[in-house]
This record gives sequence, C-alpha cells and structure tokens, in this order.
Amino acid sequence: MTEQNYTPDQLIRLSALQMADLLRAGTITSVELTQAHLDRIADVDGGESGIHAFLHVNTDEALAVAAEVDAIRAAGGLEADALHPLAGVPIAVKDLIVTIGQPTTAGSKMLEGWMSPYDATVVEKIRTARLPILGKTNLDEFAMGSSTEHSAFGNTLNPWDPARIPGGSGGGSAAAVAAFMAPLALGTDTGGSIRQPGAVTGTVGAKPTYGGVSRYGVIAMASSLDQVGPVTRTVQDSAALQELIGGHDPRDSTSLPKPLEGLLTAAQQQDITGLRIGIVKELQGEGYQAGVLERFQEAVKVLEDAGAVVQEVSCPHFGYALGAYYLIMPSEVSSNLAKFDGVRYGNRVVPDGGGTIEQVMGATRAAGFGEEVKRRIILGTYALSAGYYDAYYGSAQKVRTLIQRDLEAAFDQVDVLISPTSPTTAFAFGEKLDDPLAMYLNDVATIPANLAGIPGISVPGGLSEGLPVGVQFLAPVRGDAVMYRAAAALESRLEQQWGGPIWQQSERLAATDHSQTAGGDR
Amino acid sequence: MSAITREDVAHLARLAHIQMDGEELDRMAGELDVIVDAIASVSEVASQDVPATSHPIPLNNVFREDTPHGMLTQEQALAMAPDAEDGQFKVPAILDGE
Amino acid sequence: MAAVTDEVLSFDEAMAAFDPVLGFEVHVELNTKTKMFSPAPNAFGDVPNTNVSPVCLGLPGVLPVVNGEAVEYSIKLGLALNCQIAETCRFARKNYFYPDTPKNFQTSQYDEPIAFDGWLDVELEDGTVFRVEIERAHMEEDAGKLTHVGGASGRIQDAAYSLVDYNRAGVPLVEIVTKPIVGAGERAPELARAYVTAIRDIVKNLDISDARMERGNVRCDANVSLMPKGSTTFGTRTETKNVNSTRAVAHAVTFEIQRQAAVLQSGGSIVQETRHWHEDTRTTTSGRPKSDADDYRYFPEPDLVPVHTTPEWIERLRAELPEPPAERRKRLKAEWGYSDEEFRDVVNAGVTEEIAATVEAGATASAARKWWMGEIARLANVAEKDIADLGVTPEHVVEIETLIGEKTINDKIAKQVLGFVAAGEGTPRQIVEAKGLAVVSDDGALTTAVQEAIEQNPGVVEKIKGGKLQAVGALIGPVMKATRGQADAARVREIVLEQLGVQE
Repeated sequence: MTEQNYTPDQLIRLSALQMADLLRAGTITSVELTQAHLDRIADVDGGESGIHAFLHVNTDEALAVAAEVDAIRAAGGLEADALHPLAGVPIAVKDLIVTIGQPTTAGSKMLEGWMSPYDATVVEKIRTARLPILGKTNLDEFAMGSSTEHSAFGNTLNPWDPARIPGGSGGGSAAAVAAFMAPLALGTDTGGSIRQPGAVTGTVGAKPTYGGVSRYGVIAMASSLDQVGPVTRTVQDSAALQELIGGHDPRDSTSLPKPLEGLLTAAQQQDITGLRIGIVKELQGEGYQAGVLERFQEAVKVLEDAGAVVQEVSCPHFGYALGAYYLIMPSEVSSNLAKFDGVRYGNRVVPDGGGTIEQVMGATRAAGFGEEVKRRIILGTYALSAGYYDAYYGSAQKVRTLIQRDLEAAFDQVDVLISPTSPTTAFAFGEKLDDPLAMYLNDVATIPANLAGIPGISVPGGLSEGLPVGVQFLAPVRGDAVMYRAAAALESRLEQQWGGPIWQQSERLAATDHSQTAGGDR
Repeated sequence: MSAITREDVAHLARLAHIQMDGEELDRMAGELDVIVDAIASVSEVASQDVPATSHPIPLNNVFREDTPHGMLTQEQALAMAPDAEDGQFKVPAILDGE
Repeated sequence: MAAVTDEVLSFDEAMAAFDPVLGFEVHVELNTKTKMFSPAPNAFGDVPNTNVSPVCLGLPGVLPVVNGEAVEYSIKLGLALNCQIAETCRFARKNYFYPDTPKNFQTSQYDEPIAFDGWLDVELEDGTVFRVEIERAHMEEDAGKLTHVGGASGRIQDAAYSLVDYNRAGVPLVEIVTKPIVGAGERAPELARAYVTAIRDIVKNLDISDARMERGNVRCDANVSLMPKGSTTFGTRTETKNVNSTRAVAHAVTFEIQRQAAVLQSGGSIVQETRHWHEDTRTTTSGRPKSDADDYRYFPEPDLVPVHTTPEWIERLRAELPEPPAERRKRLKAEWGYSDEEFRDVVNAGVTEEIAATVEAGATASAARKWWMGEIARLANVAEKDIADLGVTPEHVVEIETLIGEKTINDKIAKQVLGFVAAGEGTPRQIVEAKGLAVVSDDGALTTAVQEAIEQNPGVVEKIKGGKLQAVGALIGPVMKATRGQADAARVREIVLEQLGVQE
C-alpha cells in the first residue's frame, strides 16, 4: 500500500471501513480521526446556521477512547490483534439510547438533564469494541415524527438544503452522517425513523429484523415495532455496524436467540445474478412524487441489468398498514410513556400553590411533553379504552397478521422486495407541521416492515430536483444478509454510473474549505 | 364511527394524566377526529377468523435465572429524583385513596 | 377526619334475612431470590431503595425479563389448587397511575392466566369440608411501599406528603381468585378464615412463599354481597382491601355482612366500592367507588413473549409437589393413632413435622409424641426458644429410644441426656458414655448397695419380712441414691427380695 497523506476533510469523507483500514495500517491514528470529526462538528453543527445534528458532543471521552485504541495499536501484541475491526472509528448515538456519562433527553423537555445510571446494550457493545462516541444526536421527541421538527431542542437542518427537513425521527443521526460529522451513527426505527431520514439525506439506513439488535436501554416508543439499526454512508458500513451491535441479549426478551451473521460478507458479494426481486405494486403510484418514481424505476432497471429477475408482486393489505400502525404505535406509546411522571426522575412541574400527586403528574406531563407526543398518547389511550379496544387495537393486530401473510406470500415468489423508501424528497420546514395526517403519510412505505418484523434498508437512488431519493429493500425475517447483498449491488452500480458517492453531486457537501492538493486522488 | 368530542378528549387526558385547557381539548378533538377517520378502516378487514399478532416474531419461554445482579445503590437510585427524603422518593400528598 | 359510623344489624338478624355471597382475591408474594421481571433481590426489610435495578425503578429504556423460577412456583401453586395449567399464556399491562407503580402500569395477566378452573377443599373447625371453586391464579408483580408522612394518624387522608420505597416493586405475586362462594350461610366468616388459612398453609408447604401474613406475604381482598333469603340473584358487592390476618378476614366478612344487611334492611342500596379495613375498630370504611378511572386499558405486554407449557414440564413439577397439608394431616393422624385432642395439641405445638421425621427414623408414634410434647417442649419453654431451634433432632430422639430399649438408660436419665443434647454437648450416646450415665446393671455393685441399705434400715426389713412387700420401695430409694439414679429399679427390687429370702 502506498503511503498517502489525508487532509482532515478527506478523511471524514471516507467510509467507516476505509477509515478502519487506515487505522489498522497505522496510516492515521484514532485521535487524528476523532479530532477531525470533532472539528467538523465544531465547524458545521453549531451556531445560528449550523446543522444542529448533535444535542451533546462528547469531546473528552471520545478523544480518551481514541487515545486508548492508539495506545493498544502502538503496543501491538495480543490486545492489538483482538481489537474490533471498527475500533477507533468514531460513532454518533441517537439521543433515544441511554449512555452513562452523557445526558439522554429523547428530544424531550421531560428528560432534559437526565443522566442514565446504566448503558444500553448497544452502547456497551460499542464501548467494548472501542468506538469513540462523538455525542448524542437530535430526534423528534421520543422518536415521534418524520422531520425532527418535533424535537424540544430545535430543528436539525438537511445538509443538502438547510431549508428542508432531514427526515425523522432520526434526523440528527442522518444529518451527522450526511455532513461527515460522523461516519457511523445509531438510529432507531419504529415506522421508518432510520430509513426515511436515510432517504432524504442521501445516506444508508437499515432496520434489522425485529429482535436482531437489543432494545435494552433504548427508550421505548412502541415496543413491538422499535428496532435499533445503523446509519452510514455505505451499505458495507451498515452491514459491519449491524454485526457489531447485533446478537442475542438476555436482557431483551424479544431478542432473537441466534445472531444474524454474514452481513458484511453479503454486502461485499456484488453478484445478484438470478436474485428474485419483487416490486410492491401497492408502494408506488398515487402520492409518490414523479422524480421519486423515476429514480426508483431506474434503480429497478439497473438491478435487472445486473442479472436480477424482477417481477411485480401484490401485498393487498398494505393499504391498511398505516391505519394499523397508527393504532398499535400510539397504544404502546400511551403505556410506554406513562412512566414519565416526575416521581423518580425527570422534570417535575408543580402547579401554582402546590397540589396533589395527581395534579403534579398532570402538570408535569402537560409541560414536559410536546404536542405530537400528547396527540399520540391521547390517541393510544382512546384505542385501548373500554368499548373501543376490539374495533381499534384488536383490529389493528389482525391487520398485522394479514400484512405478515401478504409478505409471506410475496417472499414465496421473490427473495427481496423493492420500493421507494419515502413518497417524497425532503420537504420544507413547517410544510406538514400543522397537518399530522400528511406527516404520517410519509411512513407509508416503511411501516409494513415494522408491523411484520422484517428487515428493511434505504440506499441512495439518485436525485430529484437536487434532493436525494431513497430506494428501499425489504427481506424476509432473518433475511438481513440478502437485503444487504441486494442493496450493495445497487449501490455499487449506481456509484459507477455517477462516478462516485452520491454526496459528490452536492456542491455543498463535496466542497471543502481547504485546498484539495494534499494527498492524492483515490 | 368516530366523532370525538371535547368531553371524550377530557376523559382520555384524565386517564393519561395530562392536564389540558379548553383550547387544547378542542384542538385535540378536531385532530383526533380526522386521524381516527383515516385509520378506522382497519376494522373492515379484521374479520373473526383472523388471529391477532401482538409480537412480530413468534418466540416463547424466554426466562431469566433466579440469581440476583444488576442492582443500583440507593445513591444511584435517588440521583435523578426530583425530590427525596430519608433514602426515599418524596411525592406530594395522595388524595385519591389507597 | 371523623369516620362515619355505619349502622349494623346483629349477625343473627342479618343471617335471618340474607344469604352472603363471598369471593376472595388472595395475593401471595413468592419467595424467589429475585423479582418477577428484574434481577434485583426479592428481600424484606432492607434499607429503602437498595434492592432495586433500573428495571425496578422503571428507568427510561429498561425491559422486563421473566423469572423462570417464579413461573415454576406459579404452576406448582396452580397444581396444588387443582387448576388446569394453560398451554399458552401471556402477560398484559394494566395501565393506571400511582406513585408506588414505577412504570404506571402493572405487568400482570389478564385474559390468559397461567392457571384456571381449580378447587380447594377447606375444612371447617368441626371437620365439615367446604369446596371453594378457584377461578384463576395469575402471575403479576407487587408495587413499592408508600409511607404517608405528616398529619395526626399517618393515614393517607391527612398526610402532608408521601415517601416511596421501591424495594418491594416487582416482587413476584400470584393472585388467586375464587369463583363466587355461595351457601356458606352463617359460617361465612369461619369459611373466610379457613380459606385464607388453607391458602397460607399450601404456599408454605410448597415452599414458594414465606407465607408471613404480618409481613404482607399473603394478603386478602374479601368480596361480600348479600342476597335476600331464597333469592339466587347476587347483590352488589363490596371489596374490602388488604385484610392481612386470618382472624381479620373473618371479622371483615362479619362486619360487611352486618353493615350491608343494615343498609338493605332500611331500604338502601349497596354502593359498589372498595372498603378499607380497620383492625382497631374491626370495621370497614368507604374507599373509592368504581368509576370510569378504572379503565385499565389492558393489552398484551409487547416486551414479554408468551409462556408455553408442555405436559412433560407440568408433570415434572407435579412430581415435585409435596403432599397437600390437609391430606397429610389426615393421613398422619390415622397412621399415628392419635386422638383428635392429641393430634390438635401436636399441631398447635408446631411439632407435626418433627414427630413425622422421628417416626420416619424408627421411633413409635407414641414415643415420638411423648418426647416432643414432653421433655423437649419443656426444655424449649425454659430456654424460651422455638422447639425447632432447640438443637434436638428427630435422630436424637430415636437414639434416646434405642438407649432405653437396650436398657442402657432409663426414662429419668433420658431426660438428663436431652438436657445435655440441647446444651450442644453431643449425641445422646456420646453423652451417656462421656458422662458415665449408663444404668448400673452390674449385680455385684447393686448387691453391695442393697446390702448397705438393708443394714441401715432394719425397720423396713422387718416389715418386708412380715409380708409388706410394698415397703421394698423404701429400700430402692437409698440404692438409687447410692448409684446416682443409674440403677434399674426393677432389678434392685429383685435383689432386695433375693437377699431377704422373700418370695413374691
């Protein structure tokens, strides 16, 4: 390997696996790499016009972990050999995931200033693998939203266009990765909160099979739908990160007994000759932006050209998925968020002149929760209440069965399904804020995967009017490997067409403040 | 099927322990009405013979060994408490009966 | 706040006009090492908020995991209550806000209990057996403990504030719910007490609960309603909460019957409500009426997966069940041949198990009773200890009996030996040898002692020779004295008569 000198601006634009290679080769140090990202955060995230992806930056600890990795590498020997392949590559964590030593807010005033006395399982795994944690990223309050506009701590801007939303709920993680503030980030996906932000920021976001990654320490939104997953700029990075954070956890009863393996290998495979791909008839057409459909159809063509066998399949009950989701999710939300009452932790609000505990709880929850959270709690309380349970929650659970059956039938015919990730590209701030239903419709293509527990991934499919479009792959339960294989095949062929990663098509993202003379072409 | 009234929302808000003023109740009633109308269609296809799915992946009998671990100290337990006294969480009087 | 004193009818008047219908919800705290869904210790009396994990406090992000041991205990209890065990069952969330409930929902079971459709035969004092039908037994978790501070009475109504200790939050509970119990009539209070006693004995015998009611290990909610004599339509019921002794359950049922009868007799109607039990006045007072706030919005707990049982699993647990306490007592009484009174005394003294073990180890039932109810009980009494803590084991008692059978010791020495055993000086045989306590059976030594006694008591000797054989006793005394009680009295008598040439 020829020695190259990388400027910080070049370094941060590499993929996580490329960074890992350079660390292993001794070309760069983790402190250098981590500092480059911290500097980038300082440059583009803060201030009035900053992207505001981070709610907390974990500078000291991140650098300390980086220095540890460098010291271990320098010392060599068994401990150096035993380092995780991604050791020393920094990562950002969605602020829905609890961390010792850093505040965890869930994007809510309710938890502002709260410090967890324990780490989430995924955070433990990251610490064990020695990835420096750069900080905690912004999100819609308690992960409820598709734009990150519902954060109690302000909007996160889309790095492609600061007038537009970065998606949600994981807009912070997606924006951080899109703007090279982190090569890797953790997200959570309950109805599309990893994949939709991925789609609108030109990044990769994967929702593993339900149970593939532990939920312990992830503040629950809707327990039967939530899943932790990777947010990255490449499919291989996502596969590598899912392998790191996945596996059985005895602290999560819904954790799969066996780990999902061979993900990175599958993402490296490239060959999709004979792979059967199904276009979901119900996830296109009305409501989908023309440019989104065009990029989607081109992606299908690229896959066909690469040897995949494409056919249309029908999932007739997908039309009911949104309804089922907006009954099950708020029902679980109404119960999961009951614990935030100002008794054990969180910001207690006492009404003027004091009050009973009931009044204090009522005032605490009124002040601590934002509008969207309250709306969903009330909706869920309604769906579960006596007299309505059967018509709403009960029916929604039956629809869940029907959607699973649709998918089982589809996967009898094909190996993976494909659809646009989101019906539109990034919309402008405020555009859907006053119309909850319009906001909910953003999730129409991502929701079925959560209802059925299957894995899904969004990869960049090109631009429409200068904004990224996402292409979604869905695979059967435990079919994460084939999902990565299909997604990586599309990614590499599209990048061949484009002549590089999608971000190079953005002047804003490709431009660096420094001269590009140092180092060399890659 | 819906038509959610302000009184309905007031009842739900009481159940959910969220204090709401009149304006908020009215607004919420209107919004919920629209949402419920849009999602109530689920009952169209939820016939008797379709079983309910509560968990996306069917697992069963996930048990833990009966061995103590993972405790917090009292200090850790109370560290984030809004109010505490004598090693316990302190709350205002409870008038709602036992 | 002055309590309103309810009008009551006398119990006899109430019974003349009404038939009571009872129902019980008994909560049993299991004695597993850890909690139901959290790995924190399940222990009583520790420093507040020390037996807690993030799960017990309902911290953001936590998830429950079922304690497998608690499931097995629950199945065993279901089997002991003659229930069917569910092939599959789930947990559900019961949603309500209360500061002792860390998540503001209780993880319980709703429409799928682990055990259902059972029965329990409850024996009343006169031996009458009353069958109580069990509707269900389901698994759930306990709440934390609230202490109400301020105000005169320490009661919730006038407290200034409350303190919460979550050590108990999440302790495994089984709630046993009966079907409506009809036909107990005037014996309703007695049945109530006997039922709760029977549940307590069963869980203690299964060793799945410490079963100490004063600690709240077993807690009873009693439902009472009345129907006019001859009617078969149930009246409106009240639920008296947390009646925490067997005696109090009888009193609470009595009071509610009398109170409700007075209300109904005066043309009033019963309010469906919870009632609070007051041990000091033996009365109940009105609690919270049922309201629309009781919409618990149950739904399947998404963080826990279902429990599936197999016939093999259930049969393995059934094989581990001890004999039910009532059946065991009946069997032992018959086997041992005790009278009703003798057996009751043994049960009351709490030595049933000791006697059973002693008999098992080879002693006769009458000998076992003699020692445990006699000298051992006396020693325990003197030492102010429980018999079980005295240090005398069933094996010791059997050894005593063996030594007596061998004529190595007599009853009198045996009592001395037990005293030494209780003092921790060794086994009976070790003590007899170490202290030289064996009965003197050497005729030479005895003959010498007898001769001395004859020489020193010429008057007695005259009487014996004159045919007054009962006077021999006056010579046995000095001989026993000379041998420090270690002589066999019967043998001494024989030697005396021999020496004096007197025929029996």
